Amino acid sequence: MNTSDSELAAQAAGGDMAAFQVLLERHYDSIFRIALRFTGVREDAEDVAQTVCTSLAVKLRSFKGEARFTTWLYRIVVNAAQDFHRRQSATTRLHQAYGEVSELVRGAEADAARELAWLYDALQRVGQDLRETAVLVLAEGLTHAEAADVLDIKESTVSWRMHELRKELKTLAKAEA
Amino acid sequence: MNDELNRMERAFERQATVRPSDAARQAAMRAATEAFHKENATVHQGTGIGSRLRERGNQLLIALKRKPFMDFAHPKLTHVLAGGASLAVLAIAVVNIDHIKPGIVFSPFETKMDEAELPADKDVVAALTDTKPVARLEENLPKTKEVRKQQSGAVQLSKRENDAIRAFSPHIVGGIVANEATSGLRSRDDTAVRQYREQGRDKFSDITPNPLKVVAKDPVSTFSIDVDTASYAFVRNALNNGVLPQKDAVRVEEMINYFDYGYQAPENRSEPFRANVSVMPTPWNTNTKLLRIGIKGFELPKTEAPKANLVFLIDTSGSMNAPDKLPLLLNSFKLLLSSLKPDDTVAIVTYAGSAGTVLEPTRVADRNKILSALERLNAGGSTAGAEGIRQAYQLAERQIDSAGVNRVILATDGDFNVGISDTGELKSFIERKRESGITLSVLGFGRGNYNDELMQALAQNGNGNAAYIDTLSEARKVLVEEAGSTLFTIAKDVKLQLEFNPATVSEYRLIGYETRLLNREDFNNDKVDAGDIGAGHTVTALYEITPVGAQGRLVDDLRYQSETAKPRSSGSAEEYAFMKIRYKLPDSDTSTLITAPVTRGSEAASVEQASRDDRFAASVAAFGQVLGGGRYTGSFSYDDVVALAQSAKGEDRFGYRAEFINLVRLAKSAAALEPGKQ
Repeated sequence: MNTSDSELAAQAAGGDMAAFQVLLERHYDSIFRIALRFTGVREDAEDVAQTVCTSLAVKLRSFKGEARFTTWLYRIVVNAAQDFHRRQSATTRLHQAYGEVSELVRGAEADAARELAWLYDALQRVGQDLRETAVLVLAEGLTHAEAADVLDIKESTVSWRMHELRKELKTLAKAEA
Repeated sequence: MNDELNRMERAFERQATVRPSDAARQAAMRAATEAFHKENATVHQGTGIGSRLRERGNQLLIALKRKPFMDFAHPKLTHVLAGGASLAVLAIAVVNIDHIKPGIVFSPFETKMDEAELPADKDVVAALTDTKPVARLEENLPKTKEVRKQQSGAVQLSKRENDAIRAFSPHIVGGIVANEATSGLRSRDDTAVRQYREQGRDKFSDITPNPLKVVAKDPVSTFSIDVDTASYAFVRNALNNGVLPQKDAVRVEEMINYFDYGYQAPENRSEPFRANVSVMPTPWNTNTKLLRIGIKGFELPKTEAPKANLVFLIDTSGSMNAPDKLPLLLNSFKLLLSSLKPDDTVAIVTYAGSAGTVLEPTRVADRNKILSALERLNAGGSTAGAEGIRQAYQLAERQIDSAGVNRVILATDGDFNVGISDTGELKSFIERKRESGITLSVLGFGRGNYNDELMQALAQNGNGNAAYIDTLSEARKVLVEEAGSTLFTIAKDVKLQLEFNPATVSEYRLIGYETRLLNREDFNNDKVDAGDIGAGHTVTALYEITPVGAQGRLVDDLRYQSETAKPRSSGSAEEYAFMKIRYKLPDSDTSTLITAPVTRGSEAASVEQASRDDRFAASVAAFGQVLGGGRYTGSFSYDDVVALAQSAKGEDRFGYRAEFINLVRLAKSAAALEPGKQ
């Protein structure tokens, strides 16, 4: 009974509003989730998700169906999140992140909060390339090949980045200690 | 080794519980929809055309359909169907099309008919006045003192409240609700309301018209009775929108059966129905004759009606938020209440959107409780209503009355996300429940995503019926006038078999019933399921037959061998065919056989001499066939249909036949495709 993503995308590209809405509805949660991985703050993730949804109205036309729809969509979300990241100043972001964290602390999950603070601090420090790779592989659980598809890089590059990420994190841990 | 990476992975896992807020989700959908709208308006049509259309108010529909809109005021979507959410009030439920084609469309007041033909039906009027649209609007608004004060005077509402009202009153048109507050709203709400519309995903079984059969080769025709009328309502809805229905949506037998014919009814209950036959010349083909079989079920006096235990399973997915869906359903439901007995029970379960039991089984006498539960229903949300259907059946089982009617009534626009996702499993679930005495009926609403195929299949498996409800009048017809036949089965597994006499008939063709054909051997096999007849139902079947010796045979004799069947000695030249009907009483597993010959004695010499009902049935059959491609109707035109139907209109107490004639006229000018798909 379910029309496939690619079919819906084709219909939406042809001007079918209903198909477009179904498609968004189907993927809004993932869009938000990936955005959240990058921003760490719900409000920011919501903003990014909205930007993505809106841009899809135009971008769908360029979805040619040669990639899986989700792969294609992930790439758009990753790019939007990175854009957002660049626009936000580090201080605001950290400030917001701590706001989120302190909420969690009050929720008696101090440990989780600490880890979350560490996570976003680390993601911030490792830089754009490692950040997007970390999100796709560690948070979204994509294989290196899948992540490579999304990021439009070689699989070996993903593996190398993961290796780099581990090195970076170790360096950070040492600095902390 | 991987400590750091693991730590990061775990931190991500913990974070996974953060959810987007509904407000953000809605805002995103709204923004995206708007962007999409803009994109498609500029790229595909040019804004010039769009605005021109909108200026010409009566063509608004075309604009609407080009860009399926959604209600901006309340844009929550569901995952499969998507749509805005909220309740609209009754007056609005039926007029969204009036907006565009004044005077053609079916409204509760049947505007297009003569005043004299208005059904003076208290129920409709009661339902109309009952709802007090504005009062209900107010109840649903945040009530601040200021607002209340303002409502008595000039209406000055905040944007949010105005949005809320707009969501509740998508299309208030023309004098139906003459009310200070609403008219104030109307003037304020002059931008086109963007109503969510599905488009082009209606699903129907493929229909190929029954082929012509040669009596010498295939003397026997067998089919199951079909009492559904959904196809007619769907066709009507399409035509009222200025669009020809897709061919597969046209099931001729359902169109014919939509109308009531004055067939002779059986005298008592022991004879559940009576079959009448007649023969007349075919209006669209001078060489052939129409053989009509009419079945009339026993009319159950209302006092004798068994107790009804009804569970409504209502789709509240976002897509139901259109004037012709949920609001219409709710008002239909109110009509139904009026036709039930105080001791009957009603329960409501919703799925998709707000899932769960909304109303525990409640006696109809407790009308207020039921009404207030109805008021609480609204469409929206994307939560899958897990187990909606099981819940509905559980409630029905709890109240089960072996002597009464136990039925689940599924109301939907095509979303079958009822908790069992596999169609096969769903069908067998319904079938198993049928064995335990609970039947299923399906009420279809809306267009665009209407899954007729599945609805029919489910209703057939559930021994219930499928009806398509497009207007409040239709709701009244199905749920009030025909409540008896809809609810009380008097005979089940009714099969019809006709054996043609090769001495008098050379070729024949069954009109319609394409989806109901049975094998010849199925007739005597009681295990084979077939259609049911409810109290008071009329069922009509038409065959077009070519008499022996007539011109215009479509199949020539063979040159090298003789195909002529050798008639038995008992084959009378007076008989066209021999009719056999098998049926089971509702609580029986073995069938009873009725037989009757179709003789020349029942034949009318000319179309004019045929009975009014027969002529009308013939005109509907002609219309259905022409709509479906007209393979066998030659040059018979819509005008011919109109002329024939006009001559057979008769008393037409409820205006159904007049409506039919209007539909035929509409078909002449209807576009072949919905504008948006061109």
